[in-house]
Amino acid sequence: MSTVLRRSTLARHGLVFLGLAIVLLLLTSFVFDSYTNYNVTEVAIYAIAAAGLTVLTGINGQVSLGHGALMMIGAYTTSVLLTRYPDLPLILMLVASIATTGIAGAIVGLAGARLRGPYLAGATLALAVALPQVPSHFASVFGGNQGLTIVAPAPPAFLSNFSPEQWLAWITLLAALITFFVLANLVRSATGQRFRMVRDNEVAARLSGVDVARTQVLAFVVSAACAGLAGSLFAYWVTLTSPSGFTLNLSLSLLTAIVIGGLGSLSGAVLGSFILVYLPVWTGGFASSLNLSSNVANNVPLAIYGIVLIVAILVFPRGVAGGVASIARGVTRALRASRGTGPLPAAPEAPSQ
Amino acid sequence: MRPEITRSRTWAVAAVGGAAVLLSAACGSASSTANTASAPGVTATTVTIGSTQPLTGPAAPGYSEIAPASNAYFKYVNAHGGVNGRKIAYTYLDDQYNPTSTTTQTRKLVLQTQVFAMFQALGTPTHLSVVSYLNSEHVPDLFVASGCNCWNNTSQYPDTFGWQPNYTIEGKILGQYIVQNFATKKIGFFLQGPNDEFGTDGFMGVNDSLQGKGLSVDSTPAYYTPTAAGAMAVGAAIAGLQAQGVQVIVSFSVPLFTAIAEASAAGLNYHPQFVVSNVGSDPPTLSTILTGGSLGKALPAALIAGTISDTYLPLLTDAANPWVTLFKSIKAQYAPSLPWDGNVEYGMAEAYTFVQALRAAGQNPTRASIVAAVQSSHWTDGPGLTPYAYSSSDHNGFTGVQMVTVGADGTLTTLGGVEITDDTPTGAITAFTGTPSTPPANGIPSD
Repeated sequence: MSTVLRRSTLARHGLVFLGLAIVLLLLTSFVFDSYTNYNVTEVAIYAIAAAGLTVLTGINGQVSLGHGALMMIGAYTTSVLLTRYPDLPLILMLVASIATTGIAGAIVGLAGARLRGPYLAGATLALAVALPQVPSHFASVFGGNQGLTIVAPAPPAFLSNFSPEQWLAWITLLAALITFFVLANLVRSATGQRFRMVRDNEVAARLSGVDVARTQVLAFVVSAACAGLAGSLFAYWVTLTSPSGFTLNLSLSLLTAIVIGGLGSLSGAVLGSFILVYLPVWTGGFASSLNLSSNVANNVPLAIYGIVLIVAILVFPRGVAGGVASIARGVTRALRASRGTGPLPAAPEAPSQ
Repeated sequence: MRPEITRSRTWAVAAVGGAAVLLSAACGSASSTANTASAPGVTATTVTIGSTQPLTGPAAPGYSEIAPASNAYFKYVNAHGGVNGRKIAYTYLDDQYNPTSTTTQTRKLVLQTQVFAMFQALGTPTHLSVVSYLNSEHVPDLFVASGCNCWNNTSQYPDTFGWQPNYTIEGKILGQYIVQNFATKKIGFFLQGPNDEFGTDGFMGVNDSLQGKGLSVDSTPAYYTPTAAGAMAVGAAIAGLQAQGVQVIVSFSVPLFTAIAEASAAGLNYHPQFVVSNVGSDPPTLSTILTGGSLGKALPAALIAGTISDTYLPLLTDAANPWVTLFKSIKAQYAPSLPWDGNVEYGMAEAYTFVQALRAAGQNPTRASIVAAVQSSHWTDGPGLTPYAYSSSDHNGFTGVQMVTVGADGTLTTLGGVEITDDTPTGAITAFTGTPSTPPANGIPSD
């Protein structure tokens, strides 16, 4: 058994994710109240999208400022389909959203493979700004600025004592676990290796026989498919799909999540999403406890949020995941030193991912 | 997870309840029963209500004062014993006038704060995103701060109530004034939209009155989106109306966008007659926006002189009006930092209606009893120029307005009397003949 686990990444990941699934199932079912489940769902949605962005930006080296727009494609796929055919099952909605967004990702990726650095950022930024304008021009399909309202999925009959928030938390966490399982295996596979080669040195990758453009498009498709899944779940979570949900702010927030969490690490995507959801909750509570005049108090949460982000980036330049790793290394070194094993050569810095 | 009531606690509750029954029987009075935690958000000493408000963002100028003003009125009531011995705790959260934020903030109020009822949730596009949810959870959704016709839908939204005259009623009366006074001019529209019920309901109402009167109407309205990007497109929209030769612009817009529209027109040396919905026309709010420099440079407040609008509350400057005296004195004591403007008057007046409803809901209110109370009380007294229309088949609040115009000094003058109508296309507009009500001496609704 242990040799199987040591040799097979798939089996090892499978076991870890199964354990996580059981823990989360128990937490959402018996520990969390409805509002916690509601927030946990949000964390999971952001984590799915951020994980996709991590693969694209952190591992393949392509910057996207347009992932909010890709989430929008997923959300609208679900909402438009549900408005027309309210009886279709949720799983079909998720698959359809992954498919449409994946196709959109392939198109953006084809353009993106020709662009580098700031030009790619600019092109994806244009997507994030332009796409939210589309619904108001095709109001009969997309519901215009008002958007489309859908109903949160009801728990099945055998779970009739479940609240809708609990049920959606189940679905979303399961979707997130599957996504992370797939991505964790992908980044350790030969394909993941090619993603990193393209990021680190395109010329060297090409000399090693890697088709750079194809790899970049594939990374974009994988990343977009995650955004599509997140978008679909987002539609169910908000119960409203309107341009107001997919502002440039969303795209920037996703990028913030992966940078603050730790660029290039999947666990960083989860940490970043957690910070993204809970930081405003904490800062909001703090602001209202200060008893400021309303003009100031209304803007304090945003200001604190900004300051915390700036400080976090300054203190943890490699994100929270990177920060935790270097603290752990420091502690290990200190322990070894105190045991008298003598000063060890400094541990190699983690690859700057 | 809700804590389970243990068996011993159940017995204790039963024992206390039994004792209370015996006690009240001994006293021979049914009204001396103790205050209980009769509903979510209700304890023996407090009632917690919630709201989503544009405290920041494009609709914040002006509107961000509404909830603090209501809260000032609640503080006044609380300082005078509260309602049936309970103090009102009002939690209002910022949704930035963004419907997606409204959904998350409303979930927070219902699931975490566990409010008894929603009160005064502001905005048409914003509140439309949660109205189904609130009704499916049977959370009373009282006095939405928006004039959308959609709140009066007793079959789909039995727990939702409007308060201000709906935009179609308002539009019909504005339209009638246009027919009577600007029959020879070309009429155009500047609306929040497209496909935003705020704009479309108002447009519908004005058109109901203009229909068949032979006026020249520019049938394609100019639209704005209530976002920062939308603000930049207003100039082009107004220039479009100018190019069409529009002489009267009917505007259903939030204050910031009314101000931008009027400033853009002036910048184009274009001087149409503006006819603006009540919600976007409060002169102190507009003049603060114009003179405060938030439009890039300080502009003269006199830009809005001559604008025509309407009101359903007493004029701010009517010092003899007992409602104005009452609200001004409460504001001075409990919210001295707020200006005295239409938003503050609105917040105070709507809070008064809520206290009426909470009193009528009984000593131990439930979510069902407050909805029933609003439907069946048929209050004839309230701060509005007309009575409330509330009944089991009608969830509209006030159903009439009085036309007003902005003077050079920024104060409003009435144009004619109060008129009432309904929101059907052919419903007649009639003069309101009732006498206006006055508040009780202590300023708190009594039974």
